[in-house]
Amino acid sequence: MTMSIAHLTRRFGATEVLRGIDLAVDKGELVALLGPSGSGKTTLLKIIAGLDWPDAGALTVDGEDWLAKRAQDRRIGFVFQHYALFPHMKVRDNIAFGLTVLPKAERPAPKQIAARVGELLHFLQIAPLGDRYPAELSGGQRQRVALGRALAVDPRILLLDEPFGALDAQVRRDLRRWLRGVHDAAGTTTIFVTHDQEEAFELADRVVVMGAGRIEQIGRPDEIYDHPATPFVARFLGLTVELPVTLRAGRAEAPGLDPSALPRRAMADGPATLFLRPTEITPVPDTTGPWRVAEAVSTGALLRLGLEGPADCRIEVEVPRRAGRGLTEGQTVRLRPEAGQIFPRQSNSDGASAPAAKPLSSVKESSL
Amino acid sequence: MTASAHVTAGALAPRESRLVPRLLIGLALLLTAVFVVVPMVYIFHRAFAAGWSVFAANIAEPGTLHAIWLTALVAVITVPVNVGFGIAAAWALARFRFPGRKALLVLIEIPFSISPIIAGICYLLLYGRQGLLGPWLLAHDVQILFALPGIVLVTMFVTSPFVVREVLPLMEAQGSEQEQAAVTLGASGWQIFRRVTLPNIRWALLYGAVLCGARAVGEFGGVSVVSGSIRGQTNTLPLQIDLLFNDLNIVGAFAAASTLTLIALVVLVLKAVMESRRG
Repeated sequence: MTMSIAHLTRRFGATEVLRGIDLAVDKGELVALLGPSGSGKTTLLKIIAGLDWPDAGALTVDGEDWLAKRAQDRRIGFVFQHYALFPHMKVRDNIAFGLTVLPKAERPAPKQIAARVGELLHFLQIAPLGDRYPAELSGGQRQRVALGRALAVDPRILLLDEPFGALDAQVRRDLRRWLRGVHDAAGTTTIFVTHDQEEAFELADRVVVMGAGRIEQIGRPDEIYDHPATPFVARFLGLTVELPVTLRAGRAEAPGLDPSALPRRAMADGPATLFLRPTEITPVPDTTGPWRVAEAVSTGALLRLGLEGPADCRIEVEVPRRAGRGLTEGQTVRLRPEAGQIFPRQSNSDGASAPAAKPLSSVKESSL
Repeated sequence: MTASAHVTAGALAPRESRLVPRLLIGLALLLTAVFVVVPMVYIFHRAFAAGWSVFAANIAEPGTLHAIWLTALVAVITVPVNVGFGIAAAWALARFRFPGRKALLVLIEIPFSISPIIAGICYLLLYGRQGLLGPWLLAHDVQILFALPGIVLVTMFVTSPFVVREVLPLMEAQGSEQEQAAVTLGASGWQIFRRVTLPNIRWALLYGAVLCGARAVGEFGGVSVVSGSIRGQTNTLPLQIDLLFNDLNIVGAFAAASTLTLIALVVLVLKAVMESRRG
């Protein structure tokens, strides 16, 4: 199946939750919708499922208009964040549900249903749990049952809302790999929603980064990681240090900044912002450096430094603790960025796109 | 009640005087005995004071027998109607946000907060000969007051909140995700109700139905206004007890009362069983 979404918008009262979404998903793909809470990713998933409806736009699957179809008729598999298993049914009956509600003419015989359920229990590695009730299962087991229930109807598309959100870290990691295996073996097309970038990058063929109702970037995980397309994506991926620089001949310049490790960019001269991860910057002790160590806190492996610079600028960087010897409070330094992304500074629109995402360590407004 | 409510402190907890708790427990038991247990035991004592045969003869008295039958009939009509109404109202209130929702929530509670006798008078004013609908009903030969329909209507009014009040909080707490899951799995509206919604609320629903039935059987004030207390025709069991008592037929009154009390005790047991099942 191939799905295509065009110009989809959705508002709840005065809030625009989706502001024009365009997205195409190919057969067999595993796609992650990644974004902070409030970015509209779950609303988009629910619209694909038929649990919510857009105000405008189109949603077609294999050329069929899905907005004209009820959820019941779309044959999708939906896995809820909190699983929404039926508590009064055994695992077996939960998984069989989608088959038992089929119209009489299409419904398989009870024996066939039982066989299909047995197959799925085996496939999902929960064969011994068939006769238990959901309340008797762990979170990870419930997740598997929910997936089994969704897969039983042989869905055209599998949709998962924060599939690992309610699980602890270790189970999360295990289930992530397992889900990738299930997707590949079942040959379904899968879209899942997450706010966890590691999860999205590890699991998905393609990642769709969403922010404030718009798609900010679509790409393969490495592509997005290496080349965030917008300041929003950069911030979301952890490039939380923002340095005001001036671009001259493709090189970022700022007082006390040593840009030798940064590649030249084919960008127009002018004011810009350099986005970096707190670990991608090396403070070099320099008695004439314009930056001063205002705070140094050890987190064990790392030394977290609060640096104060020209024009009231304050940033936070992290260096390996051993490499940080000599970086004590009061020491003046210059900065050597090892990597980073440069975006032209647009007077206001840049900041307005995601003001909430701006962390403490970002450049103060006064420096602009 | 949850298990944690019964946890007692470890052995090293500081010792406190046991006098006050014991005193309070004793007082509670004493008051319960004086105000609840003794009067109830006394009902049975008086009912059987003249022996089993007199009791049986009093129950078998045509007026009392008819009252028992009529009371059962009223309950049998009222409870299913209110179960239907309760499910519909709880569903609408829990699953949808619509204009007037808050007003509906308040309206549903009204029968709890006003005296049943007022309900009776309202129906009298509405359906009575001089009432709003009276002339029309008279012209079409429809008898509502001083007949079964009036009794049933007032009883339904008085008992209408019981089922909603039990089911609504549960449906709100459970949310609609299970129903949404059923939708995505292709279930129709009826299949969702029968296989997902209903099993989830079944104990609350039964509990509400039992409370509703108990109240329907015991309702006195509202029914006394609209029934007209026609012996052997529109007298329900509570009205019959009142009538027998006023006739100074004490054994008859107590015999009828013991029947009603027995029903109440059965309800109480059912209620306790359901509460434990509801968890």
